Amino acid sequence: MSKHRYLPMTEQDEAEMLKTIGVGSVQELFADIPPSIRYSGVLPISGRLDESALLKHLRGLADRNADFERHACFLGAGLYDHHLPVVVNHVISRSEFYTAYTPYQPEISQGELQAIFEFQSYICELTGMKVANASMYDGATALAEAAALASGATKRKRVVVSRAVHPEAREILMTSARGLGLQVVEVGCRDGVTDLARLAEAVDDDTAAVLVQTPNFFGGLEDIRAIEPLVHARQSLLVMSVNPMSLGLLEAPGELGADIAVGDAQPLGIPASLGGPTCGFFAVSEPLMRRIPGRIVGQTTDRDGKRGFVLTLQAREQHIRREKATSNICSNQALMALSASVYLSVMGKAGLIEVARLNVRKSHYAAGRLASVPGVTLPFGAPFFNEFVVKLPAGTDVTALNAKLLQAGFIGGYDLGSAYPELEGHVLLAVTERRTKDEIDGFVRETEACL
Amino acid sequence: MKPEKALIFEMSRPGRVAYSLPECDVTEIETSSAIPEAMLRRKPAELPEVCEVDVIRHYTELSRRNFGIDNGFYPLGSCTMKYNPKINEDVARFAGFAKIHPYQPEESIQGALELLYTLQNDLAALTGMEQVTLQPAAGAHGEWTGLMLIRAYHESRGETRTKVIVPDTSHGTNPASATVAGFETVTVPSDAEGMVDLEALRAAVGSDTAALMLTNPNTLGLFEKRIVEIAEIVHDAGGLLYYDGANSNAIMGIARPGDMGFDVVHLNLHKTMSTPHGGGGPGAGPVGVKRELVPFLPRPTVIRREDGRYGWDWDRPRSIGRVKAYSGNFGILVRAYAYIRTYGPEGLRRVSELAVLNANYMRSRLSPYFDVPYPGVCKHEFVLSGKRLKEHGVRTLDAAKRLLDFGYHPPTIYFPLNVEECLMIEPTETESKETLDAFIETMIRIVREAETDPQLVLNAPHTTAVKRLDEATAARKPVLNCSCGV
Repeated sequence: MSKHRYLPMTEQDEAEMLKTIGVGSVQELFADIPPSIRYSGVLPISGRLDESALLKHLRGLADRNADFERHACFLGAGLYDHHLPVVVNHVISRSEFYTAYTPYQPEISQGELQAIFEFQSYICELTGMKVANASMYDGATALAEAAALASGATKRKRVVVSRAVHPEAREILMTSARGLGLQVVEVGCRDGVTDLARLAEAVDDDTAAVLVQTPNFFGGLEDIRAIEPLVHARQSLLVMSVNPMSLGLLEAPGELGADIAVGDAQPLGIPASLGGPTCGFFAVSEPLMRRIPGRIVGQTTDRDGKRGFVLTLQAREQHIRREKATSNICSNQALMALSASVYLSVMGKAGLIEVARLNVRKSHYAAGRLASVPGVTLPFGAPFFNEFVVKLPAGTDVTALNAKLLQAGFIGGYDLGSAYPELEGHVLLAVTERRTKDEIDGFVRETEACL
Repeated sequence: MKPEKALIFEMSRPGRVAYSLPECDVTEIETSSAIPEAMLRRKPAELPEVCEVDVIRHYTELSRRNFGIDNGFYPLGSCTMKYNPKINEDVARFAGFAKIHPYQPEESIQGALELLYTLQNDLAALTGMEQVTLQPAAGAHGEWTGLMLIRAYHESRGETRTKVIVPDTSHGTNPASATVAGFETVTVPSDAEGMVDLEALRAAVGSDTAALMLTNPNTLGLFEKRIVEIAEIVHDAGGLLYYDGANSNAIMGIARPGDMGFDVVHLNLHKTMSTPHGGGGPGAGPVGVKRELVPFLPRPTVIRREDGRYGWDWDRPRSIGRVKAYSGNFGILVRAYAYIRTYGPEGLRRVSELAVLNANYMRSRLSPYFDVPYPGVCKHEFVLSGKRLKEHGVRTLDAAKRLLDFGYHPPTIYFPLNVEECLMIEPTETESKETLDAFIETMIRIVREAETDPQLVLNAPHTTAVKRLDEATAARKPVLNCSCGV
């Protein structure tokens, strides 16, 4: 192979190094690999491209995707097209952050450690919980970890989950429940929110936790004040999955009696990026502190008494506890947690409220406009934040509708019939602060024309 | 020495803003007319009120108190801290990759799906596997996914196998993942050469063996030369072989896990494929499997249809289900794909050759000054024991802290657990001979300091933003957030 810009080795270096080692060739360093399992051919993988050709190739692939810059996005379902403040990308592009690993050496990692400490503080402040960790892979895996924590804490093997929780989060919960030997019981919905009567029946003395999401997958706000007593009456734990942006306006899980609050920080300055990387967050009440999965940063002092930060409570973790660890999570989504922290620093106390209010206003305007289209109705009466369900006229082909909307420059909503057979012809729409009145009106006009 | 850095919360001044939001161009309804008062927040979240310049200066100062690969040599064993190419960062930020949604119509994300499909196939070819899932978000996540696949495989054959075997040198995630996947862990010792003890392995396997998890080269940096025999022992007992890909940087294009007899493999793209470590993540931990395990892969996979178009394949009735929302850490996968294409097959082979050359060179030069528990060639990393320093009251931890004063990130220390006062060094292929030489000279200097002026080492670091921190108090009296407003 000819020279490569990432490889500093010269022929002279190589010769000197081989001499120091005392071998005649690099191949001799692989003599311990039995010949029968050595690979002798050229790997059948994609070929090498020079920098210019690679940029062109990837630009070509990127350009074949319909992105939110060229299309007005009305799709949400857990991933949203919010404004990304310019400074977020500038901060996470500082390579002191993104080329570091987990801060194992605190003396030279105070920046990352303080950033995580501030992230934990932000999550506690938003959720009203006492303790938050350094992040999880995403909101969906965080929910599954919450079920595992609840099972360990209560010594119970049954978890109850609302069908209004994101279908993908429930799928992951099912996968992980098989590994942990947990029984998962689903509770149905009524009017777009968890059916409280059925929930009351489902919770019993073997129930480790009740898992609800609010705003739920349909956008509807769950009545947590009614759910909480049903859960705690059986000494079960209340796990709430929440949209962190909505917490600019909505009551904090900690104030509503949640034992564990999880969610995905994607709305906080993280691009949708085909679904990842985003950033799960995980917060608990104080009694559960030593059971929380993942990394946690704590404040301490150095030998001179100066404030500093370290990874702490590591006795929970896999590298110490091995098979007795509370979770197997090792690396997390630190850089995305940093994005969320920068976003919250930018928005501040007033900005988070204002952006949340814009989401409420725009989505309610859009819902009102859509409901005026003949044949289109809003099937659910529950209050919502920035996402809601519309029912299209009987026989509407949602796939065909979305294809036509795409032609007109709109990314249409989520076809609920795919995950909820009983909701065929229902579409889930998200309207963020990024959508202008013109875009909303245009979307409504185009939808009407396509029906 | 730097002064204490204020928390962003401590910089807040009421009335300052750093945001810019559009004016409301629709009906300005009151929130309480849309959402019942009982659901609304009674007390606003006490977020800091700062200006944009405050935000930038704050995080810039934090970045200056952090050390990444771009700051200097980072020979953290088992983590493959190679150079993180800048083109990876640029392309992942293209709007056509960063601003797309997995639920968009398939025809509107053909470029993304093609990239995923190609990457799946490249990684399968690289590892010698039949098919790859790109869903897992990290190495440990991949381990758990792989073990769930192994579980599903055994169950499909009507077998209940409850035990996962790991060597005593394995990564802590291996036994932890086994537990989360519902298995018991059996630990087998290493022999005098640092390899899996075959007699112990023979004694450990049985009709309850689900799998052996192995890193090869192992965490001592040694290639398990009897891997074919190991595979036979496990397969003869009806178990499967799991390959922990943390150390794949040693063998690309040289030996493939599939050819060694492994049935399931994960790769850490943030290690081997240079996607950055991000201060602890996000990474990606794709999992590849042999033909018999393909039906169990997580849903959906990416396929190329007969008409040449790409799509999601949901029709996988025997799938273990989902392991992560949406389609994995796509932004990381874009970076890994860009990396593979900067090298191509011959280039990746050269990467591994040079990673191994660099490690052997460092090992040869440092051997006179440290105990070398396992002589002979190493692969991409090697271990030393710092036990000789103890004569002077200096421990490996102290030597590591002294390295900070010279602008290095120390190696991994105290792992693997079976080497006393262990230092695990992984230089990677992107470091020059001058860098390696300078680090080696510094290590030798620290050995001399330990002999002549141990206090200098014991009190290190001297030049960092903070000195050694009180970790015991941090754990005993946890202060885990700034409690602003709580």
